[in-house]
Amino acid sequence: MNSNRFTNGALGVLAWGVALLIFFPILWLLLTSFKTEQQAFTVVPNFFFSPTLESFKMALAQGSGYWHYAWNSALIAVASTVIGLALAVPAAYAMAFYPNKRTDFLLVWMVSTKFIPAVGVLIPIYLVYSAVGLLDNALGLTLLFTAMNLPIIVWMVYSYFRDIPKDIVEAADIDGASIMQTLFKVVLPLALPGLASTGLLALILAWNESFWSITMTDHRAATLAVYIASFKSAEGLFWAKMSAASVLAIAPIIVLGWFTQRQMVRGLTFGAVK
Amino acid sequence: MKAISRTASTTAPSAEVTGARSFARTTRLLMAPAVIFLLIWMLVPLAMTIYYSFQQYNLIMPMYNGFAGLTNFAILLSDPTFWKSLANTLIIVAASLVITVCLGLALALLFNRTFVGRGVARTLAVAPFFVMPVVTGLIWKNMLFHPVYGLFAWVARQLGLEPVDWLAHYPMLSVIIMITWEWTPFALLVLLTGLQSLPEDQIEAAKLDGASAWQEFRHIVIPHLGQVLYVVVMLESIFFLTSFAEIYTTTSGGPGTATTNLPYYIFQTVFQQNDIGIASAAAIGAVILANIFAIMLIRFIAGNLNAGAAR
Repeated sequence: MNSNRFTNGALGVLAWGVALLIFFPILWLLLTSFKTEQQAFTVVPNFFFSPTLESFKMALAQGSGYWHYAWNSALIAVASTVIGLALAVPAAYAMAFYPNKRTDFLLVWMVSTKFIPAVGVLIPIYLVYSAVGLLDNALGLTLLFTAMNLPIIVWMVYSYFRDIPKDIVEAADIDGASIMQTLFKVVLPLALPGLASTGLLALILAWNESFWSITMTDHRAATLAVYIASFKSAEGLFWAKMSAASVLAIAPIIVLGWFTQRQMVRGLTFGAVK
Repeated sequence: MKAISRTASTTAPSAEVTGARSFARTTRLLMAPAVIFLLIWMLVPLAMTIYYSFQQYNLIMPMYNGFAGLTNFAILLSDPTFWKSLANTLIIVAASLVITVCLGLALALLFNRTFVGRGVARTLAVAPFFVMPVVTGLIWKNMLFHPVYGLFAWVARQLGLEPVDWLAHYPMLSVIIMITWEWTPFALLVLLTGLQSLPEDQIEAAKLDGASAWQEFRHIVIPHLGQVLYVVVMLESIFFLTSFAEIYTTTSGGPGTATTNLPYYIFQTVFQQNDIGIASAAAIGAVILANIFAIMLIRFIAGNLNAGAAR
């Protein structure tokens, strides 16, 4: 009994040790963001220092362009999520409540488009975008993010709709409500929490996306991912500023992520793990 | 109560069936936007990539453009860089898979126990998954791997060792470490979710029967987690095949071609050599590779769909 308690305690300590080890790079980034450039770039690391907001001021200063990229990131993430939901809700509604023999095939087909690697469609999209003026364009990137997230959004909305008891919808149909009335008056209010967490997941995935942002934008429609990637050749000069900019870019997502872990699992595994 | 069987509701002669027939047009209209959108943004480009792969098409030498037959594929197959990138892709997938799944499983078992502050510890441990990959690359490259100013160099000097220039001397290992750091939390998160749905009474029964911890793990936990592990392996394979940001921000595929994977090879072929034909042929390769895993995964998801409906 005693040795059992000792083992439990030791495993608890081990778990905490591992958790802190895994989290350490993020903590180090956070610490660096509160240093001056001189304190950040040293051979002997500064573990104890008087924190300063200087780097955050630098990162957010007028000339840094941070707000331009942050605005693009926010605008494109929100717009792609809204468009994604607007496309997914009617489709998921039809599939969940009025299925026919093609429904399963269509659903699985939509999910399968998620597994086409981005490089498989990169070249034609790049060429068409450059021909029609959608390169380095917020709308162009928004539509790409919509396409990237649509399979996950459809799947999640579908699975939340399936959780709604069918009798409720049937009762509304019998009462003479039209399909659209049933959707807006009965189904959507019931599925609202599910829709909200689906939207949150889509926002996170869009905000963190980097492949399409790097290949399709340059400056005008560039997101925070592109801005931060541009620090890749800034050898030593801007570590504190880079850290501050990175902290600002990842902090909201880490906080949102903590609240939406379960939805993340549900969405990314397409319901295989609940 | 909640999950009413789909098959039953479509075959039973209810009001819904007669309704469904008259609704058919409306439902088709409801589905159309999403389906058309995915067709335009995914399937049409995929078809165009296939078309381009049979074309000689270079953006800076348009006078030679035209049908090329299988030339692009022949050039690709005789290009050592392509083979190297294919090998690198598979190394990244295999190594990252083994590490993230084993570590993720061990951590999931550890975090499935009760200990003080479990919620907070778990939250810290899954955080890397929510960090944007571009930031991951820069943290590791600058603040950890850097041979002079990085933290690892400092630790090495404290231990009396020669600091290592990670990205120059162990580029592939470095890339795998970064990807592993990002994705072990994902494996942990999914496997932990799986573990928490493990029926309590099975464990109790095994304990009463005098099963050892290993027997319990081998005969109850692993079979239960089998499906979850399968999904993690397939999903991670597909994501690892398309790793890009971590390489783009740190090694740029180098030194030489040491960390050039298939996506990075295609990226370079398009944006540095402007060779649409060859890049498209390589992209077809990437799609085929992803399909090997995707087909298995989709079959599983489709199977799950009907299993869920029959419950």
